[in-house]
This record gives sequence, structure tokens and C-alpha cells, in this order.
Amino acid sequence: MNATGIGAAVRRKEDQRFITGKGQYTDDVNRAGQAYAAFVRSPHAHAEIRGIDTSAALAMPGVIAVLTGADLAADKIGGLICGWMIHSKDGSPMKAGAHPALAQGKVRYVGDHVAVVIAETALQARDAAEAVSVDYNVLPAVVDPAKVKGATAVHDVAPDNTVFSWQLGDKAGTDAAFASAAHVTRLDFINNRLVPNAIEPRAAVGDYDAGTDSFTLYTTSQNPHVARLVLSAFIGIAPENKLRVIAPDVGGGFGSKIFIYAEETVCVWAAKRVGRPVKWTADRTEAFLADAHGRDHVTRAELALDAKGKMLGLRVHTIANLGAYLSTFSSSVPTYLYAPLLSGQYDIPAIYAEVDGVYTNTAPVDAYRGAGRPEATFVVERLVEVAAREIGSDPVAFRKKNFVSKFPHQTPVIMNYDVGNYPAAMDKALELADYKGFARRKRESAKAGKLRGLGFSAYIEACGIAPSQAVGSLGAGVGLWESAEVRVNPTGSVEVLTGSHSHGQGHETTFAQLVSDRLGIGIDQVSVVHGDTDKVQFGMGTYGSRSGAVGMSAIVKALDKVIAKGRKVAAYVLEAAESDIEFKDGRFTVAGTDKGLAFGEVALQAYIAHKFSGQELEPGLKEGAFYDPTNFTFPAGVHICELEIDPDTGVARIDRWTAVDDFGTVINPMIVEGQVHGGIAQGVGQALLEGAHYDDEGQLVTASFMDYAMPRAGDLPSYTVGMTVTPCPSNPLGIKGCGEAGAIAAPPAVINAITDALGHEHVAMPATSQEIWRALQRMPTQMAAE
Amino acid sequence: MTTVSMTVNGKAVSADIEPRTLLVQFLRENLRLTGTHVGCDTSQCGACVVHLDGQAVKSCTVLALSCDGATVGTIEGLASDGALHPMQEAFREHHGLQCGFCTPGMIMSAVDIVARCGHHLDEQTIREELEGNICRCTGYHNIVKAIAAGAEAMGASSPMQHAAE
Ligand code: FES
Ligand code: FES
Repeated sequence: MNATGIGAAVRRKEDQRFITGKGQYTDDVNRAGQAYAAFVRSPHAHAEIRGIDTSAALAMPGVIAVLTGADLAADKIGGLICGWMIHSKDGSPMKAGAHPALAQGKVRYVGDHVAVVIAETALQARDAAEAVSVDYNVLPAVVDPAKVKGATAVHDVAPDNTVFSWQLGDKAGTDAAFASAAHVTRLDFINNRLVPNAIEPRAAVGDYDAGTDSFTLYTTSQNPHVARLVLSAFIGIAPENKLRVIAPDVGGGFGSKIFIYAEETVCVWAAKRVGRPVKWTADRTEAFLADAHGRDHVTRAELALDAKGKMLGLRVHTIANLGAYLSTFSSSVPTYLYAPLLSGQYDIPAIYAEVDGVYTNTAPVDAYRGAGRPEATFVVERLVEVAAREIGSDPVAFRKKNFVSKFPHQTPVIMNYDVGNYPAAMDKALELADYKGFARRKRESAKAGKLRGLGFSAYIEACGIAPSQAVGSLGAGVGLWESAEVRVNPTGSVEVLTGSHSHGQGHETTFAQLVSDRLGIGIDQVSVVHGDTDKVQFGMGTYGSRSGAVGMSAIVKALDKVIAKGRKVAAYVLEAAESDIEFKDGRFTVAGTDKGLAFGEVALQAYIAHKFSGQELEPGLKEGAFYDPTNFTFPAGVHICELEIDPDTGVARIDRWTAVDDFGTVINPMIVEGQVHGGIAQGVGQALLEGAHYDDEGQLVTASFMDYAMPRAGDLPSYTVGMTVTPCPSNPLGIKGCGEAGAIAAPPAVINAITDALGHEHVAMPATSQEIWRALQRMPTQMAAE
Repeated sequence: MTTVSMTVNGKAVSADIEPRTLLVQFLRENLRLTGTHVGCDTSQCGACVVHLDGQAVKSCTVLALSCDGATVGTIEGLASDGALHPMQEAFREHHGLQCGFCTPGMIMSAVDIVARCGHHLDEQTIREELEGNICRCTGYHNIVKAIAAGAEAMGASSPMQHAAE
């Protein structure tokens, strides 16, 4: 193995700037003469706007302009879009209400954008925003997704507040499976609403150059090219060739920075209106109010078993809260990113899922780390655990009995699992977790007056979000390939331009490792360029754990072309037949001889072009590629949570966390383990701590880090992370993707452990100490038995 | 506007500011020291931690005017003569950062933890001491390892300071 190649735990190249304070995040960007934006946001969840009086604000010091929805309309700036079409059971298209970047006549959630103030300083803009007087006619708000029918319509296009009523699977076949079942397990639960809370708040700097009539937008984005496409083709800011979008260092995304929001739209548009660069940076309260939230499902799920404990069928009904507007990919999350994963790791002959997507007067809900797959995994792994307990089966044996064991495996819900080894991951996890010692540890806890429990989660996810034809047939508005360009300089150093975007994933290191591995050069000779639409031609960005499986595969394709061209150049220089040229360990050699050239020498020859004519071969060494995979990838694994509950306080303390994941080929194990750690923390956060709550009037009562419990170091254990490897057959590197696994696996593992400790099943997420303590009060006899 | 003067990373600085200017705004906007970050508005996340007269403070919760005459250290001033501080080195070595946004505050807090709690830090101490710093990316596992290693390295690289504790 090359010391900086595939599989090496190389330290990250990007770290130097971050540990010295030299990172360049969007809020660190300052343009000469910039002004600052502050948004006037709705204090009401639902109201008509009868009038907006901007005169007092305009008279305030430093104020340059106050702009409203009427100004946007006058400039023919279009609304925000949802890029995934979902059709209801009856074939009708989803009901998408208009989503203007600044309100037109109505506001639909607390934090909705009413107007923008642009001033000389950020503080002046804020002061003036408070002086904008809006005359509201407050309307009744609907907040609970289970009670939308009959409530005041959020959008006129959806009088019953239902965006779509969608289904997947075979209803009749599934009903028949239930009719013949020996045992049925039923669960009703809420998958709690979360706020992504990347620690870098969203920000934007819009700039307009009147000399070239072109715009530049610096923005906290996971996919700057898609942002440019939407801002250009749908919102109408400027043609793509007149709009440059730069996503510099981005401080975490977790999905929330995929979407095209009102604020960046307004900043780039207003830059031309006021003739000044316009900067906006969210404070945390704005992030809570107006970033797209995650999850928020109300679900009833049932699992049918035969008399021998084999799974016969799965039936699910979910109400998915989509919030007040359809965010960029919101419609795909509770549908095609959710229901196709309901087979889990199991061979289930019949599955039927119904999903009602509904409007409420709350912030838009869209993809958050895992996006649909954590919700599916929670359904499956809670049902499986409870079913095992109900029929008196060991949860490991019950899972193993029902695991998919032959590949490829076609599930009843679209997915074709290509490869995996589920029992191997389970066995390894049991060993790493010292499962055998659990009974003893439980006794010891009991002696100390504590309740110990253990919970499993055998998850599967679908990553890569591709191929394009497949997602197109499911309603996606875009193709989901990735692009790459490899530019070799005459001295042999390399620039890789990628459409993937790094916001913590370490691409500058892992992508360089790939190049180092393939070309036999050191990673210091490789620079990775991303996040700028003027530099990288196009790209679909980073989400759905797709940068390895899709983004790196595009780089492989381009590297293959570089090597093929290098072979041609070497053949001329070495005066040998091209078919005799071999490339290995960074050298082109003539087979069977010691004649050869280093990669750098061939690069130089390609540029000086003295050994071949332009008719024979084009000079230069630069290749590009677009890569579209043949299937999704299917990472899978087993996480085991072991925890101890103090019955006096209800506090659950996680004692051990064991994760065994199969991500296929791993480029950098250090980085992959880091992704697993971070995912687990977010999943544990969902299970134990985090919950976004709106009151009945639609006020977000958890809109700060003092009210919304983010996982802190003291809430979490150290993790034991192991891996199994079955290389993915649908991409050249065998990569499956690792970015979301922890967040997908963790919540049911935690809840299964808590319910195991308590000995009963009714615990809601987040299982705060209060929730657990209440559950304990409902079961006094249980405690006496311990 | 009021004039404020202080020493930041060893340099005397002075500026006319609005009295309500926070220390973090002064550092970021007036001095363009953008390594210190803002992650919240309720003094919870610790992305803004700097050293004020040798102690870690959340610079989002300190008025710049109240620092008149004070000595302030930020992440930009931690490395000396081009050599990384042992705590910076430890964060890189142990992969204690992903997106890097919480990192300056984490490192400044970590250095302060060592100053208060010594060079031999167990896991529980580190986790409790990190109460005021939120990271959304790493799950803390590698931050904890980095701080333990960085603390040891600080002890090894400055035996004098160690003896003085
Ligand atoms: S910005 Fe200071 S604590 Fe969050
Ligand atoms: S590394 Fe991203 S928030 Fe800590």
C-alpha cells in the first residue's frame, strides 16, 4: 500500500488552516463597500399582511433600502422551488403552494420573510428591521401534522393541507400477509422534529458587477452548482454564465445547506438593486426559525409474522410534516428516501407504505442527515425488537433468522440490494460489545440500584442517490451523477476539480489519496478544487453520502483517461508501441525492458510536445469525466447501545457504544471513523435530547441552545468502531458511503436499550430524563421486582 | 463612538467603536481576525472562546469596551514563530475537527483547561470541562483524545510551566 494511497489513515491536509484560524467561511468574506441585510420576520404563524409601512425604518441612520415582496415581483424574481415531483395514489401531482422569497400577502410560519432592510452596518440594519411596521390580520394556525384536515388552509392549492397522499408497495398482497399471520406487532410513534444546527450559521454575500453585468454569490452551500442552476433557471436572478456561486469553507451542513433559501436569493438580487455588495449572516435564533428542519413523522407500523417467527409483511402509515412551504428536496425525503428502505436488512415478502405529506404553519422540513433513512430504520428496528420480545425470541436470533442472505436481493419496495453480509457484522458487533458479559453487567447494575439495558439496530441505507435515469423516473428534477476534471501541470503536480463539496468530510485529503494511489505521486502534489462555479464546470454537490461513491468514481474515470493519454505520450518518447507501455507505481515503462519515464516526465513531454506532431496527438494532459452509477449503494451494519438508567432521576447514561459498519472500500479509516462518531452523536441527540417544539399558536419554543438540547461532550461516551467489508459492485472503487450511518443507526438502538432496561415499550423520543422518569412512574411493580 | 485600546496577540490595537460592540465583533470586524467564530446568540456554543488576560472567555458575551487595557489572545496568536502550539498539533494528529468551525474555540478552551486542570486529564474531566463548547461534527470522541494528548504534549514541551502549577 502506498503510504498516502487508498486505505491509509493520512492526516488531513485541510486542517492547517482550520487549526490556525485561517479558514475562510462565508462570514469571513468581506467585499469592498459592502452593506448589510437584516430580515423582517413574521412573529405570527399564520397571517394576512394588510400593509407594510417602511417609512420609519427608511429614516433610521445608515439605512440604504427597505425591500419587500412587491419589489421582488416588480423585478420578476420568481419563487423558491421544490425539485422533486411526487404523485398521489390517484395520480394527481403534489400540491405545491407558491414560495416567494419575501412574503406576498401572507405569512405562513414564525420566521417567514416579510421584508429586508439594507444598511451601512449590521447593527443599523437590525435596528431598522425592528422599525418596519407590518399590519397583520392573524389567522388560525395549524401545527400538529395529525390534525391538519379541517384546519385553515396554509395554501389555497391544498384546501385540506395535504400535499400528497402517496403509496408504495403491494397493498392487497400485504393485507393478505397480515390476514394469514400468526402474530402481528403494532407500534405508534412520533419521529421527533429536529433542527440541524450546523455550528456555522447560514450566511450569504451577494455582489454585482455593473461593468460585466454579472453576479457573484458567496454562500454556505453543500451544492453551489445546483444553487446557481435554481437561482438562474427558476428564480431568474441572471443567466448561469452571469452568475458565479462560491461556497468557500462551510462549517457543517447535515442537509440544511443543500437547499436554496430566501436569504441568499434576496442578498444576490438586492446587490444589484442597491449597487453595493450585500451581506447577511444568520444568528442562531434565525437558524432555528428559518433553516429547514428534519424528521417530524407520525407513524403507525405493523409487522406480520408466521408461527415460526418468519416475517410475512410490513405495513406502514406515516404523516410527514412538510412545514409551511415545500423546501428544495422536501417531497423526496418522506417518500422515495424513506419507504424503499422499509425492508431493512430483512427478507420481507410483502410491504405496503402510505405517506401523507402535509402543510402546517411551521418551518419547512427537508433532508437532515440520513433524510428518510433514519425514519425508516426507526420503524423497522423498533418493530423487529418489539416483535422479538413479544414472541419470546432472542433479538439476535430473530434478526438472523430473517436477514437477507442471498444477493442480489430484490425487495418489494424498489431497492435491489447488490451485496452484503449481515450476520458477519452482527457477530463482530456482539464480540466487540462483549455481549456475553452483558448479563453480568446487568446484575451488577441492579445491585447498585440501576437499570441496565441493551439495544440493537441493524440498519441499511441507500447512498449515492443515483443513477440519474432511476431517480428521474421517481420524480427527481435533476440528474444525480457527478463530474470531475483532472488537470496535470507540466511539472507533474495535479489539480482535481470536483463537483462534490466538502464541509467537514475531508475531501482535500481523501480525493488526493485517490490520485496519489492511481498516479503514484505524493498527496502534496495534488490539490483539490471545489465549491466555485467559475472553476468547476458543474457538479451535483455533497449529500446522501455520495461524494465517495459517485464523486470519487468520476475522478477515477478522469484519471483513467489521463493514464491512457500518458501511455500514448510515453510511447512516442520511448519509441515503443502504445500497447507495450505499462503504467505502474508512477512510472510508464516499456514491457519487458528497463526503459521508462516517471509520471512527471510524461507530463512535461505532453506539454512540450516535441516528440509527436499535433496531427498525431493533442498536446497537454487534462481530462474530464461525468460518472453516473448503475445503482444506489447499500451500506449496512449493526450498532449496539448499552446504557444504565438511574430510576431515581430517569437519567440514562450510555455506557458502551459499539458500531460495526460495512461501507465497502474505505479510503481513509481515520476520516471514516470520524464520520461514524459524528453520526452517532446526532442519532443519540435525537433519541435522548433533541426536540423542536411549537406551541399551539405556532411559536417555536425551542429556538435557542438554551431550550434545544444539543448533545455535549458529557452526554456521550467514547465509541467502539469496527468494520466489515463487502466491496460495492456498482462503482469502480467499491465504496458505499459512510456519512449518515451513525445518525441512521443510533436512534432505535438507544430506544431499544431504554425499553429493554425498563421492561416496557412506551418511551417517546427524545427520551429525556423526564420522559424516562414518567415512564418509570407508570410501572411501579416493575421496580419492586428488580 | 468611543475609543478602545488593547493588546491582541501581542500587538497594541486601538479603534473607535460603538459602545455596544462585542469583543467578538471587534476582533472579527475591526481587526479582521476571523478565526474567532460566532455560533450562537446565547453564550452556549463556545465557538468564540478567546483568552482575556490569560483566561478563557466567550467573546460574544464581553463588551469590547470592558477590555480596554486588557491583553487578548486569539487562535491566530497561538502558534509561535511558525510552530504550531502542541494543542493545535494534537487536534490535527487525532482528527479532532471536521468542518473546523468549532475548532478555534475548542482549542482555546482546551489550552485553558490545561492551565486550570493540569497536564494529565482523564476522559471524564475533559468531557465535563467541555460543557461550554458544542461541536456538531465530531461526536467529541476525537476531540477528547486530542485534548488529552495535547495536554500531555504541553507538559512535555514546557516543563517550567508544569512545575509552576
Ligand atoms: S458564539 Fe459565543 S458562545 Fe456561541
Ligand atoms: S468540527 Fe464542525 S462543529 Fe466541530
